[in-house]
Amino acid sequence: MSETKTSRRPAVIALLLVAGLLLVPAAPAFAKTEIQFWHAMTGQLNDAVNALVKQFNDSQTEYEVKPLQKGNYAEALTAAIAAYRQRQAPNIVQVFEVGTQTMMLSGAILPVYQLMKEQEIAMDWKDFIAPVVGYYSKDGNLYSMPFNSSTPILFYNKDEFQKAGLDPTKPPQTWKQVEEYSKKLIASGASKCGFSTGWPSWVQIENMHALHDQPFATKHNGFDGLDVELLINREFGVKHMAQLVAWQKENVFSYGGRRGDADPKFLSGECAMYMQSSSLIGGFTKGASFKWATGQLPHYGAPYKRATSIIGGATLWVMKGKPANENRGTARFLKFISDTNQQMWWHVTTGYLAISNSAVKNLEAGYHFKKNPDQYTAFAQLTKGTATPNSQGLRLGNFVQIRDVIEAEMENVFAGKKTAKQGLDDAVAKSNELLKEFAAANKQ
Amino acid sequence: MHRTVFKSRWLPYVLVAPQMAVTVLFFFWPALKSLQLSLYRVSPFGDKSTFTGLDNFTKLLSDPAYYASVVNSVLFSGSVTVLAVLAALVLAGLATQKIRGLAIYRTLLLWPYGIAPAVAGIIFLFIFHPSYGILPYFLSFVTDYQFNWLLKSWVAMTLVIVATAWTHLGYNIAFYIAGLLAIPTSVIEAADVDGAGPIRRFVSIVFPLVSPITFYLVVLNMVFAFFESFGVIDAVTKGGPGQSTEILVYKLYRDGFIGLNLGSSGAQSVILMAMVITLTVLQFRFAEKKVTYR
Repeated sequence: MSETKTSRRPAVIALLLVAGLLLVPAAPAFAKTEIQFWHAMTGQLNDAVNALVKQFNDSQTEYEVKPLQKGNYAEALTAAIAAYRQRQAPNIVQVFEVGTQTMMLSGAILPVYQLMKEQEIAMDWKDFIAPVVGYYSKDGNLYSMPFNSSTPILFYNKDEFQKAGLDPTKPPQTWKQVEEYSKKLIASGASKCGFSTGWPSWVQIENMHALHDQPFATKHNGFDGLDVELLINREFGVKHMAQLVAWQKENVFSYGGRRGDADPKFLSGECAMYMQSSSLIGGFTKGASFKWATGQLPHYGAPYKRATSIIGGATLWVMKGKPANENRGTARFLKFISDTNQQMWWHVTTGYLAISNSAVKNLEAGYHFKKNPDQYTAFAQLTKGTATPNSQGLRLGNFVQIRDVIEAEMENVFAGKKTAKQGLDDAVAKSNELLKEFAAANKQ
Repeated sequence: MHRTVFKSRWLPYVLVAPQMAVTVLFFFWPALKSLQLSLYRVSPFGDKSTFTGLDNFTKLLSDPAYYASVVNSVLFSGSVTVLAVLAALVLAGLATQKIRGLAIYRTLLLWPYGIAPAVAGIIFLFIFHPSYGILPYFLSFVTDYQFNWLLKSWVAMTLVIVATAWTHLGYNIAFYIAGLLAIPTSVIEAADVDGAGPIRRFVSIVFPLVSPITFYLVVLNMVFAFFESFGVIDAVTKGGPGQSTEILVYKLYRDGFIGLNLGSSGAQSVILMAMVITLTVLQFRFAEKKVTYR
């Protein structure tokens, strides 16, 4: 008897479960228009994205933005491409800056300026910070909405500066000072190495060329056409690379890997200075057990001019072929996140740059930068220098692979397998192949 | 051999159908797709696609980076196979001795197989990373030697080989333990009586008797190292420094999924497929003759 009873119970539960499942779809009675938003922000940044989306969803009743974390940048892009091919693309996808050219020529997107025009949403594009907007514009029109932008700056360990007898309120301004300070730091035993770098290609090659007003590639860094060749094996590039190698021998410079792999070198106190994205301010505030501050990237001085640095990060692309009501919601969401208040909130919460001058002004007026001077360093570097064609950004196809090629060759040089000149020559030759291939694939 | 005879003519086909469906859907179809992809130059979003014939292949075969990747793969999978199979045989030999706590040892030996390759990679990363690894930290107290595999290719290669071999060790050990236990004790005892020492007994009796297992494991480990080792490499070196740990599968992934060059990545997968098929056929043709089946 009892046996049949127990054996029947799972069946009843299963039945209830099935009934429950059938009932669920009937629940949401008010059909809000859903906007799918795929992104690649993890950890605290993911929380910030969710909070931002919630602010928008709570601010109106017609649309509901659904954020979906899709792995890292490369994975989110691959997922969006696969979805697009199945006609299941999200409305909005976050793409890293190196994917800009690929997206622009994809034929799969609706440029943001066009979306806003179609939806008759007034945007004050002039208010956007030039180096940010320039990176993602074509013929003066913005193609994707800047979302998380940062630029590399110099972090330095104040405690170790003090120990070495250096002024902890004065970061080095020139490469010469970087060398000088590093030698003092090492000689005094304050630190084992002078400086390290994150994102080797982005910081030491791409940004150093921009900062010194040197072209990275032909055709205005690729902005003016697809038949582009890299120029990083010229006098400046080779000089800087050779300098890094020479410094490596004296521990003035220590290589710590790609991306953020070298972060521990700074956080552990091994290297007293560190060039890395300004978006790490938040992470270092939590992670560093010593006093630190920031300065602008060092410059070689004359004969090179000083231009602005370039940005990195990601933007939001709008996929084409969506119904008008969804596009309307997408447009309203993008307008919402670019508003001054949201920009200020985003900057304070995540450490990424606010993208409008009005947001920066308001932050200034609220003494935000007085209280957090390190948060200002990146803005200073981006707005106080001269913006030139060399510092407006990079517009290269196959850029993900090109960065890979450059960083692999940098490693060959740092490992002593090749000279600076050889390594950069090889990087240029391989990159030019990739650029040729991209041009061929995108010619119709 | 016992032969099953079905009464219905259709039943056997029905019974095989699910397996065939899976094979066709998840193997043949993607394989054909890659073959097709390899003949085209495709833009990432698939809107522009040009037939380029064997262009993708000729480009690959004239690219020194591709050959470097081939050399890396051969070195990598060869070393992983030798290391994983040999170490497994030795450990299995020890784990079939009459010792106390045998069950515990055996369980512990099989454990690493339960760890996903990516996780194994992360574990190795935390032990060996030049910046935050525990080993270089302790090493720095005794020596000035820089354990920096971010710049030393051979250290990086050794690291991913050891890590990959380690993840596959448990699987191999399980097979060897089963194989070793299946050897009749009478044979070993007879050799013992004839005056053969442990090494002689191993070389002349045990090793030949487990050779079918060794053969199976070599084929399997080779294929595993060629295809499944992606996780460890992605977690530890990402193919670096330079391209020194970029094996074929990893290059394929980077070119296809990060670089979005689907044509080239399709061509690479076709070549890879051909390589593995050839490898397996050759192994079964020639190596099997030397294997003693009981």
